[in-house]
Amino acid sequence: MTSTAKHSTEITADPKVPLIRITREFDAPPAKVFRAHIDPDLIVQWLGPGRYTMQIDHYDCRTGGSYRYLHVGGGSEFGFHGSFHEVRPSEVIVQTFTYEGVPDGVALERAVFDDIGDGRTRLTVTSLVDSFEARDAILASGMESGVVEGYERLDEVLAR
Amino acid sequence: MAADTLSMVFSALADATRRDIVARLAVADATVNELAGPYAMTVQAVSKHLRVLQDAGLVSRTRQAQRRPVHLEAEVFDLMTSWIERYRRLAEERYQRLDHVLATMPDHAESTQGKEQ
Repeated sequence: MTSTAKHSTEITADPKVPLIRITREFDAPPAKVFRAHIDPDLIVQWLGPGRYTMQIDHYDCRTGGSYRYLHVGGGSEFGFHGSFHEVRPSEVIVQTFTYEGVPDGVALERAVFDDIGDGRTRLTVTSLVDSFEARDAILASGMESGVVEGYERLDEVLAR
Repeated sequence: MAADTLSMVFSALADATRRDIVARLAVADATVNELAGPYAMTVQAVSKHLRVLQDAGLVSRTRQAQRRPVHLEAEVFDLMTSWIERYRRLAEERYQRLDHVLATMPDHAESTQGKEQ
């Protein structure tokens, strides 16, 4: 099942294996897009959801390295951590991903940086989990945060 | 739609025969016998597949005397699409922030990182 709509990010939820694939193109060469994925000072500027502040505990993006970060906001904090399984500069990052609220759950993620010419990059991020239930919970989490954002907007309207 | 319902929908569609049945029902309602026609399987086997689709809310059976045609519930697909679209929109927002980071980054690693190994 694919959703493209009128935006450039493309999502695929495979019906046969529990994975989500995201594809997106960038107006920058692979080396630069890769750098925005490994430099903690740059990651905090884009990775976290808009309404949270991202705090990095450590982010050692090399083969055998690990990371841990928090999304902090509204009196709550959500921790995430994982290991970098394989990192090849400007080519690929293979890592594990755990939301600390579900400590036994783990996703295997692969980010591939493809050079598509003209100084542009196609990023393909595949996230594989161990059950369809877990995959669907991830998709549902997008729904929940969308609902939360909706209520926040409603609060703003009501506060006028 | 609850998460377990969505799981049932995705697992119901994980089977090639059931996806084929859904594709045929997208064209028109059909009876179990009509659906069983093209497959090298018994009507009972096709009924089992229909039961899985029915439990997932993807198809319904109407009471029309003896015929009881099978009907595709298109709105279930719309709900799934809305979940995926929401997730996609969040990813797109994230990557628009990355677009901005890339546009403001210097071209060379040394100037931002300062901690090359």
